Amino acid sequence: MNQLSKAKDSFGRKAMFQRGLQAGFPIILGYIPVAITFGVLAAQGGLSLIQLTMMSALVYAGASQFMGVNMIVAGSAAVEIIVATFVLNFRHFIMSLSFMNDVKETVSMKSRIGLSLGLTDEAFAVSSLNQDKAKGKYAVYFYTAIYLTGYLTWVITSFLGGMLGEVIPDQLSQSMGIALYALFIGLLIPPVKKEIKYGLIAIIAMLINTALTPFISSGWAIVCGTLLGGFTGVFLLKEKT
Amino acid sequence: MVYIIIIGMALVTMIPRFLPAFIINKFIFKEWVNHWLQAIPYAALGALIFPAILEVKEGAPHVGLIGGIVAIVLAYFGLNVVLVVIGAITTVFLLTI
Repeated sequence: MNQLSKAKDSFGRKAMFQRGLQAGFPIILGYIPVAITFGVLAAQGGLSLIQLTMMSALVYAGASQFMGVNMIVAGSAAVEIIVATFVLNFRHFIMSLSFMNDVKETVSMKSRIGLSLGLTDEAFAVSSLNQDKAKGKYAVYFYTAIYLTGYLTWVITSFLGGMLGEVIPDQLSQSMGIALYALFIGLLIPPVKKEIKYGLIAIIAMLINTALTPFISSGWAIVCGTLLGGFTGVFLLKEKT
Repeated sequence: MVYIIIIGMALVTMIPRFLPAFIINKFIFKEWVNHWLQAIPYAALGALIFPAILEVKEGAPHVGLIGGIVAIVLAYFGLNVVLVVIGAITTVFLLTI
C-alpha cells in the first residue's frame, strides 16, 4: 500500500510539474541573454516597448525576431518579412510533427494545441530527449512546465531588455551567445553515449545543412538537414522496437 | 504597419506549429515513418548546432568551435546541462577577453 502510493506520487501532477521545471531550467539560462539582446536591439531599431514585447509574445521564435527587426529597420516590405519568417520557422512544423507523434497517446488534443504554440527549438529538444521522465496520465504537466518556463522567460526578458537597455555588458552577452548551442550539445551527448547511431544521425544532418548553406536560405537548409538527416533513422533505428 | 508585420509573422509561425497537433490522430504511420519522426530530434539538433555555432563571434569561427568542444567534453563526462552551458560560456568569455 505504502509503496503503491509512493509510486503514484512520483508520477503525480506536482511531481511531473517539478520535474519539468528541472528539465526546463537550462532553457532559462539560454534564453535570458538572447532575449535581452533582442529587446535592446529592437528598441534601438525603433520598435516601441509594446511592439517588441508583442513580437516576443506572439511570434516567440528568436532568430526570426532578430531578422524581422532588421528587415523592419531596413524598410523591407511586409510581405517579404512575413515570407522570410515562414521559411525560417518552418522547421517547427517538422519538430511539432515529431513531438505530437510521441505524445498523441498521453496528451489530449486541447493540451497538444496549447503546447504546440510554445514549441521552439529548445523546448522541443528538451522535451523530446527527456521523455523517459514523463509517464502516465499527468505527463502533460511535465511538458507544460518546460514550455511555460521557456515562454515566460522569453517574453519577460525581452520586455526588460527593451526597457532597461544594455543591462548585460557587451563582452558577457557575446560570450553568452554560445549558451543555446551548449544547451543543444548538452542534450545530444547523453543519448549518443548510449547509442552512437544518434550521433551519426546528427552528424549527417550537420553535413547536409553545411553543404546546402551556400545555395539556399538558412531556414530551408535546416529543414532539409533535419528531414534528410532524420530519414537515415529509417535505416538506423530499424532494430529499435 | 509594424503591427501588421508582427501579426503576419505570428500567423506564419503559429500555423506550422499547431497543425501537427490536429492532424496527428488522423494518420496511422507506417513503422518506417515512426522511425523517421523518432530520429528528428537528433537530426534537428545536429542541423541547429552546425554550422551556426561558428558564428558565435563574427569573423572568429574558432571561438564557437572551441566553446562547442568544451561543451562536448563536459557533457561526455556526465555533467548536468546547466554546468555544460556555464562551462561553454566561461570558455568563450576567456577566449574573447
